[in-house]
Amino acid sequence: MALPVSAMSRLAWRNLWRNHRRTLIMLLAIALGVWAMIFMTALLRGMVDDMVKQGINALPGHVQVYAVDYRDDPSVTHSMPAPDGRLLKVLNGEQVKAWSSRINVPAMISSEYANRGVSLLGVDPEGEWTLGLNPDDISDGRFLEGADDPGIVIGRKLMQRLETGLGKRVVLMSQDPDNSIAERGFKIVGVFRAELESREESFVYAGRDVVQDMLGIGSDISEIAVLGYDYRAPEVLASIIRAVVSADREVLTWLELDPYLATMMRVMNGFVLVWMVVIFLALSFGLVNTLMMAIFERVREIGLMRALGMRPSAIVYQILVESVMLLILGLLVGNLMAVATIIPLKDGIDISAVSQGMEMMGASSMLFPLLLWPDLLLANGVVIVLGIITSLLPAWRAAQFRPVEALGRT
Amino acid sequence: MSAISCTDLCKYYQQGDAVIKGLDHVSLEIDQGSFICLSGPSGSGKTTLLNAIGGLDSLDSGEISIDDERVDQLGKSALADLRLYHIGFVFQAYNLIPVLSARENVEFVMQVQGVSATERKLRSFRILQEVGLEGMEDRRPAQLSGGQQQRVAVARAIVSQPKLVLADEPTANLDSASMEKLMAQFRELNRAHKVTFLIATHDQRVMAWAERHIIMEDGRVISDELQQTS
Repeated sequence: MALPVSAMSRLAWRNLWRNHRRTLIMLLAIALGVWAMIFMTALLRGMVDDMVKQGINALPGHVQVYAVDYRDDPSVTHSMPAPDGRLLKVLNGEQVKAWSSRINVPAMISSEYANRGVSLLGVDPEGEWTLGLNPDDISDGRFLEGADDPGIVIGRKLMQRLETGLGKRVVLMSQDPDNSIAERGFKIVGVFRAELESREESFVYAGRDVVQDMLGIGSDISEIAVLGYDYRAPEVLASIIRAVVSADREVLTWLELDPYLATMMRVMNGFVLVWMVVIFLALSFGLVNTLMMAIFERVREIGLMRALGMRPSAIVYQILVESVMLLILGLLVGNLMAVATIIPLKDGIDISAVSQGMEMMGASSMLFPLLLWPDLLLANGVVIVLGIITSLLPAWRAAQFRPVEALGRT
Repeated sequence: MSAISCTDLCKYYQQGDAVIKGLDHVSLEIDQGSFICLSGPSGSGKTTLLNAIGGLDSLDSGEISIDDERVDQLGKSALADLRLYHIGFVFQAYNLIPVLSARENVEFVMQVQGVSATERKLRSFRILQEVGLEGMEDRRPAQLSGGQQQRVAVARAIVSQPKLVLADEPTANLDSASMEKLMAQFRELNRAHKVTFLIATHDQRVMAWAERHIIMEDGRVISDELQQTS
């Protein structure tokens, strides 16, 4: 038989504090371990989240729709009509936060001094804002003011490469459906900057209608970019869109469009668990040692409880309750420490000193810790579950004491 | 619980090259409601016999039956239940749980038994009053004298109303008045509720209370006599 829960808890609590110093040291160790689990995970999550969002913004969108062969050959040959009918209804439905149709073709941009290969994006600026284009990213001049805006917006790095500037003219050259050269002159009306310099060099924005006219493709488009509400679950949105498009359309999530990012996110999920388990394993040695010492100091008392009629299983429960109390106290302190250190960093950590290295990974130079409920629950769950498992051995050892031998100890 | 039957009990301890006979072919029959003192020099086997009957120690050979149930064949959990519901122990060293108060120590067995809080409180206060510890219910063992701790241990042993009390030198740290009071309490329980008492002691004054006196030496029973009591 066992003590009632209240009596067991009272006994466990008092036993914890028989040796204040040892208990406080162990509490501190658990709290620091929990803090490390949560804080580092928040930093890593923030970094990966930033990388993913940067990548999604670059695509853009959580889901994209193309003509089937477009990805193999992203030229005007594989354009598709603008969305209508059922597709348009879904795009304007409640599952979709924002969407926009675009032209996206390879082109050559030339200034008076240089030329570069770029991706010419024919966009509707209204749609781009809703997809996540940040007004603060326009460092000079303005963004396009309509799908028929005759201007062009290029990246800051590209502008430097072309040795040109705001207000100057450049020529965009691509191919039309007949494989003839399609070209047009544009005035640079705006300059954008991006977290990734490669983006500044690779993309130029022009009005969608203007580009359609330049390429002679009527109202056809290259891609539809769709933004949902949760980048972690794009497949739901993709499956809704797939159900309303024809077989000659390809509907892909960002996970498929950017497998590097997708892998990064999956690795991150696995890494978080591994990280937490490793930290706990380091903690567990101290926990086992603390429990064993506490038990061996109380051998006689445990023998007494057995002599008075407590079953071996009840002794195990008693030791586990003590262990769980210690873990919960450590978790409380550790969680508070983590939250208290993460909240002040909500404006980000400036890591511009290593910005080039971060850019290679696709991350920006400001690191925003991201504390997610699942990570918090996982950290606490790992500590409790592994803590109980770790405590089983000392508890079992305690229950094995023969009462007469235990009572005879001094 | 009608009887305790011990048949040819043997328990040996190895001490270096020597073999110490804790119990050497001990056989006893004890009726329910008996009040028995067990005496003998140190190392005679008194404590070993009490531990064997209480299921605290295993035997090398022999049989112990309590109420026709073989104690020596019970598993750990069954032995724990036997001790919990039917046996009260008073140990030589008082063996109190240091982080519990006197009252909580007394209530400990009742809590494990599942007795209600109201009943526990009532019985523990009453028993502590009877052993002369009224007003000290909330003191922890470290705040009590040796004699007071022993009285708490006695209170714990009898408060759960066991059928058998195994007491090992229960009066060792008690003054004469406390000893007399305690033995009177034991006798009252014995007469009123047929609680069987098996008390190991060196104290002649305690022996005078017993109706049966067993003397042990070198693990054997050398004398087993009934005696007159007051």
